[in-house]
Amino acid sequence: MTRLSADVAIIGGGLIGVWSAYFLAKRGQRVVLLEKDVVGAQSSGTNFGNLRLQGRFPGQYPLSLRSQALWEQIETLIGDACEFEATGHLYFASSEDEWRKVEAYAAVSESHGLTIEHLDHVDLRRRYPWLSDKAYAATYSARDATANPRLVTPAVARAAKGLGVTIVETCRVTELRTGDGAFSLATDTGLSIDCGQVINCAGAWALAIAEQFSETAPLFPAGPPQFVTEPFPYFIRPSVQAVDGTVIFRQIPRGNVILAGYPRTAADPVANRAPVPLAKTLAAMRHLGAAVPALESCHVIRVWSGIEGYLPDMIPVIGPSLTTPGLFHAFGFCGHGFQIGPGVGLCLSELIVDGETQTPLAPFSIGRFTGAVEADEKFRREFDATPAAGNKP
Amino acid sequence: MTRIVIVGAGPAGINAAETLLAHGRQPILLDEGRQAGGQGYRKPSPGLRLDMNALMGSEASKYQALHERFESLRGQIDYRPGTLVWGIDGKTLHLQQDGRATTLDYDALVIATGAMDRIAPMPGWTLPGVFGLGGAQVALKDQGCFIGRRVAFLGSSPLLALAARQYRALGAEVVVIADTTPFVRKLAALPALLNSPRTLLRGLAYLGGAMRAGVPVLHGVTPLAVAGDGHVESLLIRDAKGRERRFACDAVALGYGLKPETQLAELAGAQLAYDEAFRLWLPQADADGRAGDGLYLAGDGMTIGGADAAEASGALAAHALLADLGIPSDAAAVAALRRRASRLRAFQRGLSQAFAWPVAQIRALPDDVTLCRCEKVSLGEIRQAMAQELGPTEVNRVKAMTRCGMGRCQGRICGPALQEIVAGVGNIAGAEAGRLRMQAPIKPVALAAAKAGAS
Repeated sequence: MTRLSADVAIIGGGLIGVWSAYFLAKRGQRVVLLEKDVVGAQSSGTNFGNLRLQGRFPGQYPLSLRSQALWEQIETLIGDACEFEATGHLYFASSEDEWRKVEAYAAVSESHGLTIEHLDHVDLRRRYPWLSDKAYAATYSARDATANPRLVTPAVARAAKGLGVTIVETCRVTELRTGDGAFSLATDTGLSIDCGQVINCAGAWALAIAEQFSETAPLFPAGPPQFVTEPFPYFIRPSVQAVDGTVIFRQIPRGNVILAGYPRTAADPVANRAPVPLAKTLAAMRHLGAAVPALESCHVIRVWSGIEGYLPDMIPVIGPSLTTPGLFHAFGFCGHGFQIGPGVGLCLSELIVDGETQTPLAPFSIGRFTGAVEADEKFRREFDATPAAGNKP
Repeated sequence: MTRIVIVGAGPAGINAAETLLAHGRQPILLDEGRQAGGQGYRKPSPGLRLDMNALMGSEASKYQALHERFESLRGQIDYRPGTLVWGIDGKTLHLQQDGRATTLDYDALVIATGAMDRIAPMPGWTLPGVFGLGGAQVALKDQGCFIGRRVAFLGSSPLLALAARQYRALGAEVVVIADTTPFVRKLAALPALLNSPRTLLRGLAYLGGAMRAGVPVLHGVTPLAVAGDGHVESLLIRDAKGRERRFACDAVALGYGLKPETQLAELAGAQLAYDEAFRLWLPQADADGRAGDGLYLAGDGMTIGGADAAEASGALAAHALLADLGIPSDAAAVAALRRRASRLRAFQRGLSQAFAWPVAQIRALPDDVTLCRCEKVSLGEIRQAMAQELGPTEVNRVKAMTRCGMGRCQGRICGPALQEIVAGVGNIAGAEAGRLRMQAPIKPVALAAAKAGAS
């Protein structure tokens, strides 16, 4: 039995966990991060890699913009650019109805100071001649970016380790107790930790921890299917998304086109697998071919996914526990945690060290699940069938 | 009626089809190839007149017999050549045929997908002119082409001598047969090799023929480099006595035995286990090939046994399937097939020692050697990734960190060597290095096929 003492214990070595560890260590906190597998193994490492600012939940813009500023200096922060690139993001509509929706998203973005270009059919033909004729109009945000999720979480973890964070992989928390304003944890590897604060950022596995402290959220596990083509000459610069939710894709400079397909897929957090049904692979391929007809002759060479937590209102839980002082939750990132990851880590470090953060986090309180939960329109569109609220992993 | 699908029309698949048909069942036989026969008994392209008797040598009569048997049954079964099975979802096969993605439901599945070359990388192995040993044979049998006029055969495999004989029989020059396994290890494997004295003698005859023709036949070599300016010009090796020897050539055929094509078996639900003798992950099945509910494996795709074992195991898998359907079959015939398959597989285990996978040589390769040619990942990049803080210790994680195995071939080429590097750097057993997990598509699928399949 090894006994450790720390200021903060972090449960879950995904993107949220490693960024929280990093910023806490920068503030002089002694941090232990516990990960059941290896850092960034699930959706943190297997997501699409989009750092999209367009079309986000309105209440998330302050957090999102703060996070983007961190992404923009990632190389300075951790010594590794992780293929960060300000590629821009094109949000396209295929009909006038859809266009009204895109413009409404743009108005929200613009009200938060984001520069959005409005491109009509003629602009689209001129700037992106490879885009299908069916694209009616689009908005473009130059500040939206991409990075390589495979690389980011391990790189941030290494930087955190360099700042003195203790990172323990392949260990599961088996016990978590609180008393006298402190916590004690035990793991299946015989480690025990005494600490003042705990961050619960265990992704699709976070609910069990919250429930231990009499809090709940209708969290369920799912996996966003990802696909990649063989490489060919680089010609698609921005990341491109259809507002109807059928396809999102980007080309990386080495030539492969990465695409994500909807609807998302149920995942198995016990077996730790998120298999992709082949019908979805075919559907994603058809949608990509429809969006970029020139790609029809190319091949999909690989498919993958990873497990993450979703909530029916399609926004995460971020903030202090309402029952247990010293416990903080950050889970259920609903397919858009990659962009806000560094910002969430920074805000949590402020909450823990300063007792407050300048970034409004009220919309993300776990307290919102005490009454009935309304399912978001995106939620209904992006899943095969609405899982029962409260469906536990 | 139970729908039975066989994947692969090589000796195992053909024997399975024949056995099923003999018991009143008409299977659907899917094959990626345009013509039946698999790799070993591959037929020349239509219109190409090749002397297959000269090419097949002592195996010509088996070649003829298998194709004659296939011709007599093809009209009675649903045979679909040129059909790639690229994934399995529950009991649905996903196919790509004539540029269209389609599906096919099954009740029982016989997977007879055969094997491919196992490749060990070496300096210069990505130069144009270097081929897998099987590829060298495909070029010859399918297209009537040599991979070069002056060919070096390098690796460790009984097929080196066989392919060299085929090349010589049709008029190519064989500049060297260079085997990495020392001669003493071959002697040590003799008891196991006596399980099939006929095959052993045939192999020795191939080597004897080459030696009489003045072809240098070397054992215990260390491959040093394939050299050339944009194309193979020579092969450099160190011989068993420590001398460097350069052989001028315009092509190199490289092969270290065979590696079962296990992707579909894995997707169909077969369990895989690490085999210490072959140093490969093999799908688990009982002696007759049962690997799961309605799932049967046969031939080299299950475990390396060679063409004769594939014939026996194809028939065995069909008998197992029939028995599971409650259709009685000839117990004595089944027992004889089991004995035959088991003896031939024991022989192959002997071969895996006589022609050893060169673990130490792979681990000693310099950093600048390309390991993953699809994604251009060098051995140095793998070693560096593993050496860093929180570095990966298992092949799937190494793949995630370095891109090794992420490309077109999905690790089918680099996978075995990657496993050895990871085990070597991590100083762990081969099994602990893990295996690259499979997710469909097992081979690239065209966007156009998805579109055509939907209309």
